[in-house]
Amino acid sequence: MDIIGAPLKRVDAKEKTTGQAKYTGDLVPRNALVAKVLHSTIGNGIVKSFDLTEAWKVPDIVDIVTCFDVPDIQFPTAGHPWSTDKKHQDIADRKLLNTRVRFYGDDIAAVIAENELAAREALRKIKVTYEEFEPVITVEDAMKPTRIPIHEERPDNVVVHSSYEIGSYEEARREPGLIKIEGDYETPIVQHCHIEKALSFAYIESGKIVVVSATQIPHIIRRICSQALGVGFGDIRIIKPYLGGGFGNRQDALTEPLNAFLATRVAGRPVKLEYTREETFNCTRVRHAMKFHIESYVRTDGSFAARSIIAYSNQGAYASHAHALVANAINGFRMMYPVGAIKGEAYTVYTNLPTAGAMRAYGIPQIGFALEAHVDDIVAKTGFDPIEFRKTNMMKLGYVDSLTTITCHSTGLAECIDKGERYLNYTEKRNTYKNQSGPIRKGVGMAIFCYKTGVYPISLETAACRMVLNQDGSFQLQVGATEIGQGADTVFVQMAAHTVGVTVDKVHLISKQDTDVTPYDSGAYASRQTYVSGMAVKKTAESLKAKILDFAGFMLHKDPWDLDIKENFIVHKHKEEHLLSVAEVAIESCYSLTNSQHIAAEESHHCSDNTYAFGVCFAEIEVDIPMCQIKVLDIINVHDSGKIINRQTAEGQVHGGMSMGLGYGLSEILKFDPKTGKMLNGNLLDYKLMTPIDTPDLHADFVETNDPTGPYGNKALGEPPVIPVAPALRNALFNATGVAMDSIPLNPEKLFFAFEHAGLYK
Amino acid sequence: MARKLVSCTVNGTKRHYHIDVRASLSDMLRNEEGLDSIKHGCDVGECGACTVLIDGKPFNSCIYLAIWAEGKSILTVEGLNDVKTGISDIQQAFIDAGAVQCGFCTPGFIMASIPIIESDKPASRDEIRRQVAGNLCRCTGYEKIVDAIEKTQKKRIAERKSSS
Repeated sequence: MDIIGAPLKRVDAKEKTTGQAKYTGDLVPRNALVAKVLHSTIGNGIVKSFDLTEAWKVPDIVDIVTCFDVPDIQFPTAGHPWSTDKKHQDIADRKLLNTRVRFYGDDIAAVIAENELAAREALRKIKVTYEEFEPVITVEDAMKPTRIPIHEERPDNVVVHSSYEIGSYEEARREPGLIKIEGDYETPIVQHCHIEKALSFAYIESGKIVVVSATQIPHIIRRICSQALGVGFGDIRIIKPYLGGGFGNRQDALTEPLNAFLATRVAGRPVKLEYTREETFNCTRVRHAMKFHIESYVRTDGSFAARSIIAYSNQGAYASHAHALVANAINGFRMMYPVGAIKGEAYTVYTNLPTAGAMRAYGIPQIGFALEAHVDDIVAKTGFDPIEFRKTNMMKLGYVDSLTTITCHSTGLAECIDKGERYLNYTEKRNTYKNQSGPIRKGVGMAIFCYKTGVYPISLETAACRMVLNQDGSFQLQVGATEIGQGADTVFVQMAAHTVGVTVDKVHLISKQDTDVTPYDSGAYASRQTYVSGMAVKKTAESLKAKILDFAGFMLHKDPWDLDIKENFIVHKHKEEHLLSVAEVAIESCYSLTNSQHIAAEESHHCSDNTYAFGVCFAEIEVDIPMCQIKVLDIINVHDSGKIINRQTAEGQVHGGMSMGLGYGLSEILKFDPKTGKMLNGNLLDYKLMTPIDTPDLHADFVETNDPTGPYGNKALGEPPVIPVAPALRNALFNATGVAMDSIPLNPEKLFFAFEHAGLYK
Repeated sequence: MARKLVSCTVNGTKRHYHIDVRASLSDMLRNEEGLDSIKHGCDVGECGACTVLIDGKPFNSCIYLAIWAEGKSILTVEGLNDVKTGISDIQQAFIDAGAVQCGFCTPGFIMASIPIIESDKPASRDEIRRQVAGNLCRCTGYEKIVDAIEKTQKKRIAERKSSS
C-alpha cells in the first residue's frame, strides 16, 4: 500500500489520550520560582514612578524588576525568518518592559517569588504613577494629525503604507458600458484561543539561558531572545515540547524574552512565566481588525474591467507582524480574480489596543470576507449567476502573479465548486429561497478562496532534517518543523517511510525541538511545513536511502545503482526478490570489522517556489428574524490542497478551520471600553468561540490535484479552511433575507439593527 | 496557611494528602500525584481541560477545592490506562476517529464522555454535544470527538446487550 495518502493514525495520539504527552507546564521543575507581570491600568501614557515599598514586604518575594531596570534595547517580536537586509527587518519597537504605555495591559514590571500567591500579592501592592494620554482606539482617530504618536519613530501612527497597480486603473474604468459596484466591509478583532495558555520557563545551564516554551517557532524565538537581551544566538537555547495549539499566536515572541531575562536576575534558577487566560487574551496577539473599501467595474459579459481596494489594518500597540498581513490581504484581493486593471492600497496603523499578529490564514480571512461578500453584492446588482461569475474571473492554471511571481501550478478550484454545488444543491435552493416572507427563512451561500503555500518569495523559505540509522534498520527522524496539533509529525513519518522504502514503524520521530540539537527550520506558519519542510524530509530521505544502498552494494558486491529498497528489504530495481533486509545492512554497517560506517543523513533545503491552494465553502442556514439568530443547517468545505498525504488528519484540519470560521462569522468579537481601551470580554465565557452545542455536523471533502512543485504533490492546508466560511454564511443570510451585511460577526446584536433598518420588523 | 488531611481514592488507590486548604483538586492531583493529564486552560471552570470524574460525575477540578475530595473517589485519564490490557475503548476510539489534534483538551473530553458511554440510553449527536458542552476544543470542530464518543457508546450498548 502506498504510504502517501494512507490514513495512518497520528503518531502522537496514544501519548495524548493517555496523559503521557508532556507539555511545557508539565515539565516545570519543582524548585521553579514564579514570575508575574504587572500590566498597565491605563491605555496610553508614560510610567513616571513606582512605589515598591509594600510589595517588597510580601514574604517569599525574590525580585522585582521594573521598566526602569531592563536593558535599553528595542527588539522585534514577529516570527519571521530574520532578514540580513536592513530594509526587510521586522520593526523593533518594544522593550522587555515598557515605560511608554501603549495599551491597557502593557508590561511595565515583573515580580519573581517563591510561589504564585506571593507573586500575585506583590503585584497588587505595587503602586504606579502615570502621566496619562487619551487612548486612541480606531484607525481613523489614530491618523488624525493632532494625536500624540504612539511610537516616536512613527509620528503619524502609520506603521506602513503601501500600494500597487496592475495596468491602468483610471483608464480601464473609463471603458464605456461598465457597471460600477462599490462597498465597505469590516472585520473584527478576534483571538486564537488555543486551550494551552501562553507560558514558558527559563533557567541557566552550562552558561546558556534555556527557555522551554509553548512556541510554534523555536529557532526564531532563539534569535529574538538573543536580540532582546543583547547576547549571542549561541547563548540562548530554546526547547519546544508538545504544544496545546497555536493558530499563529505563538508565531511571535510572547513570554520568552522577558522570561529569559528574569532567569538572569536570579542566578539562573528556574523561573516560570505563565499567563492567565485573561492575560493570554489581552497580552499576547489578536487578529487584525480591517476595513476595506472596494470598487468594481464589471462588463456586461460578466468580466471585471477594473477593480480597486483601500484597506486599513488596526495594528494595536506594537508592530509584531505589522503590515505583512494587510499586504497579504490586498495581494489576495488581486490574486483571486486576476482580471482587468487592479489597484490596491493599504495602511497599517498603530492604536492603543492589544497587539495584532499572525492568526490562521494571515490577513486572508479578512479579505476573504470582504471580497466574497462584495462578489455577491455584484451578482445581486447585475443578475449574474454567482458561480458562473466567479468561474469567469477567478485564477486559472498557469497564472503568474506579476508582483510576486507566484504561479498557479495546479488548480482544482472549478471542481471544488462543482462538488460543493452538487452536495448542497446550491443553485436550485438559492432560487427557491429568494423572496421568502415570514419570521423563519432559509438561505444558501458560498465563497471561494486561494491561498499561497509558504512565504516564498516575500520571505525566506528554508528547512532542514536529520535521519540517523539504528542497528535494527529503523531510524530517528528529526526536523526543525514543529508539531502544534496540525499533524505535521505524522505526515513527516509518512514521507520519510515512503521515500526511504521502509514501513512507518521503522521511523522514530523526535517530536521535541531543541535549538542546540534540532536542525534549523523557521517553524509552523503559513501552511508551509508539508510543502517546504516536506522538501527537506524528502531530500534527506533520498540521501539516507543512497547511503544504505551504497553499503548494501558493498555487502552484495553489486553496483548500488541497480538496487532499491522496498518495504524494509534491499531488492534489485524492478524485482521483488529480497536480497538483504535493511536491518542486516544497518547492523553490518555499524559493526563491520573492515568497513564500519555510521549511516546518517542531514540535508537542508532552500525552497524557491510557491503554489496556490484553493477551496470553497457552501452553507445552508435558517434565520430566525425575531430572535436575530442564525442556525447552520448544512455546511461543507471542499479543498484543493494537492495530493492529500493523510486523509484523516486533513479532514481534522478542515473541521477545525471551519469551526473557527463559524465563530468568526457568527459570534466572535473582542470588545473594548472606548474610553480606556480596556478589553471587556477577554475570557472563555464572555468571548463567544464555538462550543460543542454551537457546532453543527461539519463536512469536509477534497479535490486532489498533483502539484508539480509539492514534494509529494501537496499544497497548503492548515490555515485555509477558516477562510471561506464567514462570507458563505453572510451570503446565505443575504439569500435568506435580502439583507447584505457589511461586517461580521453576524451576532444577534448586529442582526437586530440590520433587520430593523431593512424593515423586517414592520 | 492552614493545612488539612484529605483522604480519598485516586484511580482506585486510597490516598492521604496533607494539603493547603486553598488548593484546588487539580493542583493537588498534578503536584502530589503527577497526574499531568489534568490540564489548566483557564483556571476558572470555563474550558473543561481539567475535567475528572468525582464519584462518577464529571467536574472541573480547577474550581473544586482539594479538601472537598474527602471520602470521594476520583478518576483521571491515567486511571483508564490498564497496565495489563492497555488503553480503554474510549481512548482507542479517540485515536481511531482522529479526535486528537494538539491533545491539550483530549483527557478532559475523554473524562467528560464517560457518563455518556456508560449510559444505556443511546445519545444522539446533539445530545452528546450537549453533555460535553462544558469542554472546549479549538482544533477539531468537535466533529471527530463526537464520532469517537458516538461509536464507543454504540459499542458498549451492544456489548451489554449481548452479555445480558
